[in-house]
Amino acid sequence: MILLSCSSNHCSLSSNVMASAAAPSTILKSSSIFPHLGWGRRRRSCNLPSINRGVSKSTVAYYGLRSPPYKLDALEPYMSQKTLEVHWGAHHRNYVEALNKQLEKNDILYGCTLDELIRLTYNNGNPLPEFNNAAQVWNHDFFWESMQPGGGEMPKLGLLEQIEKDFGSFDNFKDKFIEAALTSFGSGWVWLVLKREKRCLAIVKTSNAINPLVWNDIPIISLDLWEHAYYLDYKNDRAKYVNTYMNHLVSWNAAAARMARAQAFVNLGEPKIPVA
Amino acid sequence: MDLTKNLTLPELPYGYEALEPAISGEIMRLHHQKHHQAYVTNFNKALHQLSAAVADGDTSAVVMLQSSLKFNGGGHINHSIFWKNLAPVSEGGGVPPKGRLGSAIDEQFGSLEALIQKMNTHGAALQGSGWVWLALDKESKRISVETTANQDPIVTKGPTLVALLSIDVWEHAYYLQYKNVRPDYLKNIWNVMNWNYASAVYDKECPN
Repeated sequence: MILLSCSSNHCSLSSNVMASAAAPSTILKSSSIFPHLGWGRRRRSCNLPSINRGVSKSTVAYYGLRSPPYKLDALEPYMSQKTLEVHWGAHHRNYVEALNKQLEKNDILYGCTLDELIRLTYNNGNPLPEFNNAAQVWNHDFFWESMQPGGGEMPKLGLLEQIEKDFGSFDNFKDKFIEAALTSFGSGWVWLVLKREKRCLAIVKTSNAINPLVWNDIPIISLDLWEHAYYLDYKNDRAKYVNTYMNHLVSWNAAAARMARAQAFVNLGEPKIPVA
Repeated sequence: MDLTKNLTLPELPYGYEALEPAISGEIMRLHHQKHHQAYVTNFNKALHQLSAAVADGDTSAVVMLQSSLKFNGGGHINHSIFWKNLAPVSEGGGVPPKGRLGSAIDEQFGSLEALIQKMNTHGAALQGSGWVWLALDKESKRISVETTANQDPIVTKGPTLVALLSIDVWEHAYYLQYKNVRPDYLKNIWNVMNWNYASAVYDKECPN
């Protein structure tokens, strides 16, 4: 997800989005320059205080389609370029466009970060229509970043220690993760999360678009179990897909970075009580 | 029901390539021989486990088996109906219903086109995996468009409902051929829809 913000006469855009467009120095009112961004008429801003809206009153910023951190053929032969082209280029893109279309009509939801939007539209279990699209945009961003070329193998250092602490051993964790993936019914996701309250890692299954953000847990890696994620490459053989993911795709580097950030919010250490 | 007896995969009433070009032979083969077979196999497994749990008086095990029974049993029920809902063009697939079902559709939906439009809209909007149904309420004799999630059978929408037609909108039902463009699949499947089956069920449940 990229959130573009406009303040005064200067638009700041992240480098991902810039790949295909020239840097604007004036406020743009035309939707033809950023067709995938949907600039349109501005309405009242979101009440959440986090973003400085600036003085511009005639443009709005929507969400963008973020590219995976590798070329579309980089995960071959484990996940084909064709799959990436359809999964990212069509499914993920459609979620972004559908979300932006919904947001065009809804003042109250405008201006949130994607995380905030997901929590808001989840509406404590009675999701609003925007939830599905918002969550799936986030889910797919997170999923691409949970994989890397030359992935698999094992985590190291602190992350490995935490896994061993919470699952007994890495092999036990791997077995449990695969088992969760193979006993999931219908469309959904499997996650390794850091649970905030319990301060431990856990494996979580979710269905359709739901993700652990709605329970305020911190996702570490995810696996897409919707059939579209694997059908072109593996057809009905979900077991082969899941094993391939664990052995060749999962990015423990990304997981380690997410764990490091998570520890700003969750104290995993033992309290060091000084002995008098 | 004898919980120790094995259910079997029903045969397809036509060849795997018979529904082309609406649904490819590759999809039909995988759908029938792999997906439906897996539901049958796993349902049998769950039934055996249920039989053992009931014999042991193990209530917890009985309860734990419910989701597997619902999912795999539902998958078996739904797909068994689905194969009968489809027919090759040479055997009447796609021919609109005449007779009393046709009249009922015109009366309750306005026209066949309106019904198809409604079913396709529901099918396209269904998030995740599930089914779209043309259902008949055996008591009220009304027909309706319903959707169910995952492998929930039509009875989960009402105990007196029976399926006239169904469309599988799980991605495995169309992905290899249509990729993410589910609306194209929904448009084309009507070319092989077996209205004879639907009319037969309707006439049986709604005798004059």
